This record gives sequence, structure tokens and C-alpha cells, in this order.
Amino acid sequence: MNTGTEAGANASTGRRPVHDGLFGENERGNAFLLGGRCDACDRVQFPMASTCPACGAATITEVHLSDHGTLWGWTAVTAPPPGYLGDVPFGFGVVELPEGLRVITLLSESDPAGLSFGMPMRLVITDLGPDPDSEGNPEGEIVTTYAFTPELPRVEAAP
Amino acid sequence: MTDGVAIAGTGLHPFGRFDGTTVTEMGVTAVRGALEEAGNPTFQAAFCATVYSGVAAGHKVLGALGLTGGPIVDIEAGCASGGAALMLAASAIRAGQYDTVLVFGIEKMPRGIIRSSFFEQWREQAGLAATPAYFALRAQRLMRESGITKEQLARVVVKNRANGVENPNAMFRKPTTVDDVLASRLVCEPLHLFMLCSPNEGAAAIVLRRSDLAGPAAPTLATAVLRSHLPGSVLGEATPMSGVPDEEITPPSTLAATDAYEEAGIGPGDLDVVECQDTDAAREVLAYEELGLCPKGESARLIDDGTTALGGALPVNASGGLLSKGEPLGASAIAQVVELADQVRGRAGSRQVDGARTGLAHTVGRGANAAVVIVTR
Repeated sequence: MNTGTEAGANASTGRRPVHDGLFGENERGNAFLLGGRCDACDRVQFPMASTCPACGAATITEVHLSDHGTLWGWTAVTAPPPGYLGDVPFGFGVVELPEGLRVITLLSESDPAGLSFGMPMRLVITDLGPDPDSEGNPEGEIVTTYAFTPELPRVEAAP
Repeated sequence: MTDGVAIAGTGLHPFGRFDGTTVTEMGVTAVRGALEEAGNPTFQAAFCATVYSGVAAGHKVLGALGLTGGPIVDIEAGCASGGAALMLAASAIRAGQYDTVLVFGIEKMPRGIIRSSFFEQWREQAGLAATPAYFALRAQRLMRESGITKEQLARVVVKNRANGVENPNAMFRKPTTVDDVLASRLVCEPLHLFMLCSPNEGAAAIVLRRSDLAGPAAPTLATAVLRSHLPGSVLGEATPMSGVPDEEITPPSTLAATDAYEEAGIGPGDLDVVECQDTDAAREVLAYEELGLCPKGESARLIDDGTTALGGALPVNASGGLLSKGEPLGASAIAQVVELADQVRGRAGSRQVDGARTGLAHTVGRGANAAVVIVTR
């Protein structure tokens, strides 16, 4: 698992994010998504872009989005789509974050029957597969991406 | 306002897979058919709808026929490309710029899941460009919000494939059953293979003329509207990476339909026949709601009571739809209007909708773009 601090770009770990600026992990090893908040209309976006998709303003401030949310939509992809680096089947869906943002994401659960609407979900960083640009190179990196996984029930601490 | 716009001639190259036939040759077949039916008039401009045909594809078709010299413009608006071309052509005629315009659509789609330059490479690598998965999420939402079942989705496929048996220009001409649909390979829950249309090849052409120049039997193109998406919906055809709660955001198909009803001076209750975007079975059912064929959340009834079947009160996809014809992106919207022109003239043969006078064609796809065209007798 990636231990980079911002966007996870750290070659020495042997892993690289599928794209810079999507996600990272903090010093405690907790993953976060990198979003943007529009200074003009307050709309939150993911990924962070240079303009706001709601109002067009160009003043966007980087924000770390919530690392948890609720499941809003899900399916499983059973045949590898063109260019995909990972294994099939894989879970695919939409998680709604507390910010009111619905995010397209991979899901760690690839059996749709194991998921339900409104289920609490938590962000993880996951391995996709070897970097196609370093094929045949034993030192080649593993490409990582973000995904959401069902939140384990919290164990209440004794009073 | 000048006179209205008439459909003076139509032509088709069948939809399917035609190894050894170029996209230019398919375009020639369709254009020749439309021009012949219109009496080979001189046209002042041509709009060619296509997504995957490359540079100057329309010029190559008209070059093969010795018909160049006027403006020839290729139009790309995803699945709604043909609707976009019809909108521009009709607008130019209404404005008095031209009196006769050739509109055609051509396509030879890559095989398999459509690889689109719309997605960045990293999004493909991360599995986030899986087009059928977006369709599946939309289908799941429709099932949740409108109470649609998988069996009802299968019945939409059975309906369209039964209609396709009667269409010599369709790719799939064998009927199917609910059991067969549900037994076909699961692509992305809840969508099985038979619930998804096949990208394929084909061409369609229409000659539009100022009404007074067309024969009295020529159908009227009452309106052709193209709209794009409003920002916000994560499951819209714009396929953003994120969105906001979208319950109050009007989808592009509704924007286009609302404009089209207003411009044509009619409402959904005046329609006799509809051709709509059945990229997947759920996409058709969602169109019932987005086009106002039923109130939101009540689309299940239209499947259950046979309203949208041939012989029902409002047949949808009498041509067999994309589920039978396949979808050559640039040609599909124009072929829908060719079907409506046949329907309102009573020459749709064994798939004729009795007494059809008013038809609506709907396409929606990447962009997002949505087009609605209304044809009347």
C-alpha cells in the first residue's frame, strides 16, 4: 500500500497512482480523495480541476474529501474494458460523500448481492496491476487507484 | 416564418456488419436512395453525421457521387449526431438560407465495447471507462426509483426484437423470449447481453426541402431540437467523475422534448409512434419518463399493459429499435426519422402503426447530447 503523502507519487515504494492528483494518504496511513471547492459558488468537485463545473469560476481551492460515505449505486464489470489494468470481475459504483458529492469509484466488493443501498463505505487505496509502461521489468511499478469498501461495523469501546 | 420543412426523400443502407463494404459505399447507397425519391433535386448544402469516420467523411461520400461544390459539414454530437444535423439543416431552410439540404449519417463502428477518446487513458486503466457499467448504474437507479424489475427490462427487449423481425434493415431479425434474455451473459448487473444494443455499421439519408418544393405526400419535419446536459448529474450521459444530488436537475432528453413539443405545438398525448434511444433496455424505459410519455415513476405500467408494444396505444421502437437494428452512431438518429416518415405515410409494411400521423424520434448519448425530432403527416 502506498505511503506517499500527497497524490502518492513515490517511486521507492514500487507503486504509483494511476493518475496524479486523485488521492493520497496522510501520515497515519488514512487515504483521502483530493477534491476542489469553488471559491465563488462553494460547489465541491472531484477530481479537482482548474475550473468549476457548476459556475465556471477559476478559483478552486484544494480540499481533502471525506474518506467515508454511503453506497448510492453499484454493479460489477464482468469483462475487462479496453485498457483496464486490473482483474475482472470488479465492483463499480457511486458513493455519496457527506459533502453531498456523488463519486464514481471502484468497489472492493465484486458481488452485487453483497452490497446494499445506503451501506456505509470507506475509502481505500488498491492495487490495479503492473505498470504497462514497464512490462518485463522486474523493478516495474504496481499501479494503484482508489476504491471504496464496505465499512466494518464499529466495535464500541467499553465505557 | 417561411414555409415549413418537408422530408422529400429518404434512403437507408441496412444496419449490421458488412466486411468488405466501406463507410463511404454505405453512405453512397443511402444518399442515392434519398435523392432518387426526392426526384434528384439540386441541394445547396450537406450535413453528414458521423463519429468514427475520420476526416472529411461526408466529402468522400459526395465526392464518389460527383456532388461536391456546396458546403459539406461533418457533424459530431455522439448518439445524437443525426439529430444535430437535422436541426442545422431545418434551421437553415426555415431561415431562408437554403431551400434544399441533404442530411445523411454514416458509421462503421469498432467491434466490442466502444473505446472512446472521450475518456482519458488513466480512466481506462483504472476501470472507470467501462461504458456498460454506467448503463447498469442508471438501470439500477430506475429499478429503485420507478419499481422496474429485471423481467420488465427483458420484456422491453422481447418487444423490440419482435418488431425487428418485421424490419428488413435490422441486424437482429430473430424473436427472443424473457427466459432467453435473462439467460444471456450477465454483462453488468442488472444488464444481460441481450439488453444491450450492438454497435455496428450502416447509413441513412434524408433530403429536406422547403414544403412548397416537396410533393403533397411528403411528411413534415415539424421540429428538430438538440440540447446538452445541465451540470450536476453523476449518471448522466456526460459521465462525469462526480456529481451532486440531481433530483431537481432536468435531464437533456427532457430539455429537448420540452422545446420540441412547444415548437411543434403538440404534447406527448398527440403522439402516435415513438422511436427512442434503447442503447439498453432501461434507457428506453427511462425515456418514457424523460419524454413525458408517462409521469415520473410510472413507466412500469407502459410495459405491463402493452402501451408501447406494436398494437398498443403508443408503440415505441416499431422499427425494432437499436436493440434489433444495432447502433451505428452517426446513422441511428437519421434512420429513426426515416422510420417515422414511413410510418406517417403508412408505408411501414408489417410494422405499420395504424393511422400514425405524428411521430417523435429521440436520441441521447455522449456529450451529453440529446435530440428530439417530431415528424407529422
